[in-house]
Amino acid sequence: MAQIVVENLVKTFRVAERAPGMWGALKGLARRRHRTVTALDGISFTLREGELLGYIGPNGAGKSTTVKILSGILVPDSGRVEVLGKEPWTHRIETVARIGVVFGQRTQLWWDLPVIESFDLLRDIYRVPSDLYRRNRDELVALLHLEPLLDTPVRQLSLGQRMRCDLAASLLHSPRILYLDEPTIGLDAVSKLAVRDFVRRLNQERGVTVILTTHDMDDIETLCSRVIVIHQGGIFLDGTLEQLRNRVSSERRLIVDLANENGPVSDPDAELVSRQGRRATLNFDPGRVSPAELIARIVARHEVVDLFVENPPIEEIVARIYSSCVAEGSCSAEQDRSAQP
Amino acid sequence: MKPYRAVFSARFRMLLQYRTAALAGCATQLFWGIIRMMIFAGFYAVSTATQPMTYPEVVNYIWLGQATILLTIMHSDAEVRSMIRSGAVVYEMARPVDLYRLWYCRAVAGRAAPLLLRMLPIFLVAFLCFGFALPASPVAGLLWALATVGALLLASSFSALLTITHLWTIAGDGVNRILPMFIYAFSGMIVPLPFFPDSLQPLLRLLPFRGVADTPFRIYMGHIPPAEAVLAVLHQLAWTTVLILFGNWLLRRGTRRLVVQGG
Amino acid sequence: MGPLRLYFRYVGVSLRGQMQYRASFILSAIGIFGGTGVEVLGIWVMFQRFSTLRGWRMEEVLLFYGVVGIAFSLAEGVGRGFDLFDGLIRQGEFDRLLLRPRGTAFQVAAQQWQPARIGRLAQAVIAFAWGASAADIHWTLPRVALVPFAVLGGACLFYGLFVLQATMCFWTVESLEIWATVTYGGNETGQYPVSIYRRWFRGFFTFIIPLACVSYFPMIAILGRRDELGSPVWFQLLAPGIGIFFLLVSLRVWRFGVRHYRSTGS
Repeated sequence: MAQIVVENLVKTFRVAERAPGMWGALKGLARRRHRTVTALDGISFTLREGELLGYIGPNGAGKSTTVKILSGILVPDSGRVEVLGKEPWTHRIETVARIGVVFGQRTQLWWDLPVIESFDLLRDIYRVPSDLYRRNRDELVALLHLEPLLDTPVRQLSLGQRMRCDLAASLLHSPRILYLDEPTIGLDAVSKLAVRDFVRRLNQERGVTVILTTHDMDDIETLCSRVIVIHQGGIFLDGTLEQLRNRVSSERRLIVDLANENGPVSDPDAELVSRQGRRATLNFDPGRVSPAELIARIVARHEVVDLFVENPPIEEIVARIYSSCVAEGSCSAEQDRSAQP
Repeated sequence: MKPYRAVFSARFRMLLQYRTAALAGCATQLFWGIIRMMIFAGFYAVSTATQPMTYPEVVNYIWLGQATILLTIMHSDAEVRSMIRSGAVVYEMARPVDLYRLWYCRAVAGRAAPLLLRMLPIFLVAFLCFGFALPASPVAGLLWALATVGALLLASSFSALLTITHLWTIAGDGVNRILPMFIYAFSGMIVPLPFFPDSLQPLLRLLPFRGVADTPFRIYMGHIPPAEAVLAVLHQLAWTTVLILFGNWLLRRGTRRLVVQGG
Repeated sequence: MGPLRLYFRYVGVSLRGQMQYRASFILSAIGIFGGTGVEVLGIWVMFQRFSTLRGWRMEEVLLFYGVVGIAFSLAEGVGRGFDLFDGLIRQGEFDRLLLRPRGTAFQVAAQQWQPARIGRLAQAVIAFAWGASAADIHWTLPRVALVPFAVLGGACLFYGLFVLQATMCFWTVESLEIWATVTYGGNETGQYPVSIYRRWFRGFFTFIIPLACVSYFPMIAILGRRDELGSPVWFQLLAPGIGIFFLLVSLRVWRFGVRHYRSTGS
């Protein structure tokens, strides 16, 4: 059953341009020049109930814009959107009452109030029946280990604690859909794991549909069965994680810290990406040379103090996808329908 | 002297950038000026007794007031206040500059730039539309400029004082809430000082508050003749000195208290 | 929970938060009392020198001052959310309000109460009481009822001005001071009977911002004076209703502003 339907969604913004300098500022007082930015260029996708979608892409790609339209905050230029059967922006209050939204960098809790009072206030705002509220609240507090925090004013919480409280707050009214916008940004490792664990259980055990926007590749890998990669207002990839991985696992990165600074670092099967002081970064394809083999070769030739193997950052992946598709001559959105659950 | 000069010019230049704010401020001042003119005109309309000032003089007084209103609104330095609140003021104390002089220069610069931005357009409009007259004589004009500078220095010493009182949290809040209105009222901004009852005149003449408004205004109009004007300016400077000395003393006590308490 | 109950819930939260700083509240109230009360001093000083203000005596002026002051301080105290709306927009917090299943105006209105404004209220009440006792008023039932009606109309008018001021923030967060001229300037203007002002000024504050309708005309009726501007008595009795109407219009404009915000993003 399609819960979220997006069809040919278009959104543009008019951005004022300011010429620099004093003269530009004076001119700016008289007449403002505007530039049109296309945030979303006709995207389409459908989400079924219970899916956990990873919505990824570089900054400025259109992720936040999509989330805002889906929650009814923003009105698009054209296109059809249905969330739980209703158009979000014309039915703002109805839509918003049935979804939960968490923004990573902002809290929805009241700064000076103890956490529990924020929860109570939200209960009143969302008109949650008392018994349902109590059940939800107690469950969420237990799942996210919030008992010791309940009487603390929100301003005294650490980022990780606040994020857990925000997650609980967004679910007090039993929404069927949850939008998470960068929930793990800035969190320490323990909190990240807690958040991921919670979201996974929420999705798998309670069937809450989740749209997760993130820059963190590990978030995607641990949580998402499906990803949409969005770039410059268009969808690049709408498919499973496997398909993304297939594009990705051709890239791995080896970072070595050498004992002495001099001396070139190279390997026939690897590409030197950067060389700064004692650190050399190499990109390689695990299909051509296994990580173990490459490490062995480098260590044999140089005195290595430390090394890491990691995935390149997502912006780079997406940028490479884009540039590779430009090279191949096909930039249309890729949707592998057979892979959808 | 160099660091203070640098601080002064930096702040001055920064505040010059707030052109929109200055323009909007001019609109407010014009509005108030117009209202006050009409109110006073209403009083003079049915009046038989001789008044301490004529209506044209009142008009001048009003517009001088609106043009230089920034000299009469006392407030502490918001940045310093938050520094004190957060405790970051101890970093300032550790610097090799005299804290009072620093804060005083900030106060002066904080008023000078917006003042200049607002004065000129208001004077222009008042002169062209509302019957604002030129100074009573070139000497009067010169002395007025001098007295305005004196007012600036005096007002800044008040500001510095208000800033320093923030070192005592609750008392500082109290002083900051209550003192500015006294200064505003007894400087002549609500009603020109000559209108106050005769019994109060000696007190008003003694208090420092007239130095930020009444003194320069009446010098401009010749209501205070040049000879007396020089004395009035000395009155400004005397009080400024007193306030600066007091401010220095208060600051020393305040910072010592801060150090003792551990910040 | 219904809107009214929720509104008072918000208010309770805000008040409790502010009452924690008891000393600061008291000092604030005193400061505001004094800061606004010096105007009364000014009125008194002028009336010592001049016998009348275009035929109006001091007690009568104090009535005007008091009514407008009470209305304004109520609006100021209750409508702080709109007054500070520019900060909300600048911090990007308006989206959060849109994400809640309640009206936006309602949420902004419920944001912050400013109990310290009671300082302004107190001096306005004192001025009004002073004027009412000194002036020669024949208190009939309609006249007694007219006082709270005028205050209500005035409070709605000023509240509406705050709403309009906040609505401007959807287009630009700068130049708000111009609007503050109208709100606080309106308060200044209403302190005196508008008949003393020039015609164009009077017209602006009767037809565009109906300040005269919530102060001058009802007070004329209470004082039982014949209006030199020629208004009929029935109009004087009903005029404060225009203030309420003004507020309703402002809320419509607010809705328009929200629509604009939702089309253009933040």
